[in-house]
Amino acid sequence: MDKPLAGFIRALRSAGANVSTAEAIDAARTLALIGYDDRAALKTSFATVLAKSTDDREIHDRMFDLYFAPAASPELTGKEEAASEDEGERQDADQASGEGDSFTELAGSGDESRIAMAIQAAANQVGAEDIRFSSQSSWFTRRILEKLGVEAMEKRLIRHLQANTPEDEAIAQQLMDARSAMQTRARAVVDQNFEVFGAAATETFMNETVADKNLSALDQRDLERMRAIVAKMARRLAERHARKRKKHKRGQLSLSRTLRANAGHDGAPFNLVWRHRKKDRPKIVAVCDVSGSVSRYVRFLLMFLYALDQETADLESYAFSARLEDIGPAFEGRAFEEAMNAIISRLGSGSTDYGQALVDLRELAWDGIDRRTTVLILGDGRSNEADPRLDIFRELAARCRRIVWLCPEPKGLWGSGDSCMLEYQPHCARVTVCTNARDLEREIDDLLSVAS
Amino acid sequence: MTKPDPAQMLASIDAVTEALAATGYISTREISTAIFLAHHLRKPVLVEGPAGVGKTDLALSLARALDQPVHRMQCYDGLDEAKALYEWRYGKQLLYSQILKEKIGDVIGDADTLDESLARLGGFRDVFFSRDFLEPRPILRALEEENGSVLLIDEVDKSDEEFEALLLEVLSEYQVTIPEIGPIEAVTAPIVILTSNNTRELGDALKRRCLHLHIGFPEADRERRIVRARVPDINETLLTQLVTFIQTIRDENIRKRPSISETVDWARALILMHAESLDEQLVRDTLNVILKRQSDIDEVDPSIARLAREAREQGGS
Repeated sequence: MDKPLAGFIRALRSAGANVSTAEAIDAARTLALIGYDDRAALKTSFATVLAKSTDDREIHDRMFDLYFAPAASPELTGKEEAASEDEGERQDADQASGEGDSFTELAGSGDESRIAMAIQAAANQVGAEDIRFSSQSSWFTRRILEKLGVEAMEKRLIRHLQANTPEDEAIAQQLMDARSAMQTRARAVVDQNFEVFGAAATETFMNETVADKNLSALDQRDLERMRAIVAKMARRLAERHARKRKKHKRGQLSLSRTLRANAGHDGAPFNLVWRHRKKDRPKIVAVCDVSGSVSRYVRFLLMFLYALDQETADLESYAFSARLEDIGPAFEGRAFEEAMNAIISRLGSGSTDYGQALVDLRELAWDGIDRRTTVLILGDGRSNEADPRLDIFRELAARCRRIVWLCPEPKGLWGSGDSCMLEYQPHCARVTVCTNARDLEREIDDLLSVAS
Repeated sequence: MTKPDPAQMLASIDAVTEALAATGYISTREISTAIFLAHHLRKPVLVEGPAGVGKTDLALSLARALDQPVHRMQCYDGLDEAKALYEWRYGKQLLYSQILKEKIGDVIGDADTLDESLARLGGFRDVFFSRDFLEPRPILRALEEENGSVLLIDEVDKSDEEFEALLLEVLSEYQVTIPEIGPIEAVTAPIVILTSNNTRELGDALKRRCLHLHIGFPEADRERRIVRARVPDINETLLTQLVTFIQTIRDENIRKRPSISETVDWARALILMHAESLDEQLVRDTLNVILKRQSDIDEVDPSIARLAREAREQGGS
C-alpha cells in the first residue's frame, strides 16, 4: 500500500473511525482505480469505501480535508524523501566548508516549495504523527528545527551576538528573523499533524478516562461528557438487545423438517414439526435510591435509567428515598435535566427507608412483576436503622425471575453502620459493586442478555 | 435499439451519471461514484437515507439503464432462506419418492440378499436433493443470471439478525451454499444494492462487506431536475416555486419531512388542478399531499401565507 494512503488510514483510526484491513485493501484498490489526480472524486470514493455510517462519514470528510490539505500534502512524500536526502548532503557539505549553515541557506532560499518539503520531511523524521496533546507541539516544532540544522545556525548566531559590532548585530537580527519565520512554518505543520492524528485521539482518551472514573469523583466538567457517553452506552445496549426482544414467531409449519421427520412414513406427514423461535422479552423493573447517602451517584444512575428508558419500552423505573414513586411519567417527554430536577425535588429529601420503599413497591408494581421480570436495585442499602422488611424482600425474590443489586459502596463497607446489604444479599441472584460507567454498562448488558 | 454495453456504461463515474440520466434518474456525484465502485470493486452497495429519496428507484433505474433484469427481495421480520435463497420442491420430491417406490423393483432387480440390494441402491444416483428439485428464490436467481443482473435487497433493516447473517456469504463471495449440494457460485456477479431506512442499526459484519452510500434530501437544483424529469408538463414558474417551498418547509419544525416522492406527487396534483403558480389557498388545500401527519400540518398552518409568498418571491412569478 502506498505511504500516503497508509498514513490516511492511520489518521482515520486515530480519529475513532473503525477501518478494518479489508476496508484498507478496498481503499487501495479504489486508489488504483481513481488515482490522485481528481481530488473530489477520490474524496467521495474513499468516503464510499471507508465510511460505513453517517458519523464515520463526518470523520472521514474532516480527516480527508486535513490530511490531504494542500499546505503540507503528503502526496509529495515521494519527492520529499529525495529532497531531504539532498538536504542532508548539502548540510554535510556546508559543515565541511565551515562557513554559513544549511538552515540559513534554506530559510534564505525563498524557494517556498523546497522549504515546505524540507519541513515536512523533517516532521516525518521526528515522528510528528505521534503527537497526542497540543502541549507537545512546541517540543515537536523544536525537533523539526533541529533536524533542519538550527543548532549550527544558533552557534553562528551566538558568535555574532558576542562580537558586538553593528554588522554582527545586523546579521544576528537577520538570523533571528529567519529562525522565527521557519519556526512559524514548522509550528503550522505540527499543528496540522495534531489536528489529524492527535485531537481525536485525545478526545477518545478523555472519554475513556471519564468512563473509568469513580462516579463519586465526577465533577461538573465531566458531566456533559458523561451524558454523551451514557447516552451512547444506552443506545448500544438497546440496539444489541432490541433485536432479541422482537423474536416472537408465529407457529409456522416447517415443511422441510416435517418431511425429514416423516421420511419413515413414506412422506405422509404424521408428525408435524413447527418452527419455534419464541424468546422471552426481558422485562426490567428498576428501583433507584435517590437519597442523600448516594447523592453523588444519583445524577448518574438517573442519567442511565433515563437513557435506557428512551431506548427500550420494557423498563419500569421507580425511585425512592423515604417513599417510592414511579418515575416513568417524569421521564416522559422531558429533557434530562428537567426530569432529574423534578425527581430529586419530589423524592430526594427525607431519609432513606428501604422497608417503606418495599412496601410501596408491593403496592405499586406487584402486578407487573412475574417470573419473567428482573428487578434491578441501584442503591447502597443504608436504611437509617428502619426495618429492612426482609419479609417483603423474600417475597419479591420468590416472585420475580431474579433480583440484581448494584451497590456503589465497596464490599468492605457492607454491613457496617446502618447498611443492610448483608441481610439483603442472600436473596439476590447477583450483587455487584458498581462504581463507574463501564461497570454499569457491563452489568446492564449481562442483565439484558440473560433476561432474554 | 441496440443492447447497451454494461461495461461501457460503467466505465467512468460520468458515464454512470449519463446512463442513469437516460432513464430519468438524476444522479449525484456520490451516487454515481458508489455504483462505479460497486462494479469495479465487485462489492454490494448499502444505501441509507430517509424514505422516498429514491433508494429503491436507484436499483430499478440502474437495471433499466443496463438493460438487465432486477431481482427484488423485499425484507421483513421473519424472512428466511426458504424465501430468499432457495426452497425444495416438496411436492415433486414426494412424487419422486412415490415413483421410486414403484420402480424400486427395477432398480434392485434380482438382488438376492438385503446387502446386495442396499449396495445397488447406494450406487443409484440420488436426485432427491438435487438441482432438479431446487426452486431458486430471488437471491439464487440473481446469481444464476448469465448476463448479469441487479439484485435489490430492499429495506434490509426490516429483516432480523439471522437473515443478515444469511446474506453475508452472498455479499462477500457471491455464492450460496446449499448443505445438500454445496456452494453455487454466481455465473456473473450481479450488482447488489441493499437499502435501509435505519429503523435499526445493521450489524458490523454486513456493513463491512458493503460500500456505503447515504442519499439525503436533494439540493434545490437537483430536486428541480428530478421533478422536471418526472413531471415533464410542469411550467418553470410553478416548478421553481414548488421546489423553493418544499426546501423551506424541510427546515420547519416538523416530524416527517417531505421527500422527493412527495414533491413529485405534489407537482402532479398541482398540474391536475391546472395551477399556474402557488398561492396560499392552493397550498392549504393540497398540504396533505406533502405532509402526512396532522401535527405537522397544524405546525405549518400559521406560516403558510408567509412561506407561499416567499416561494413566489424567490421563485419569481
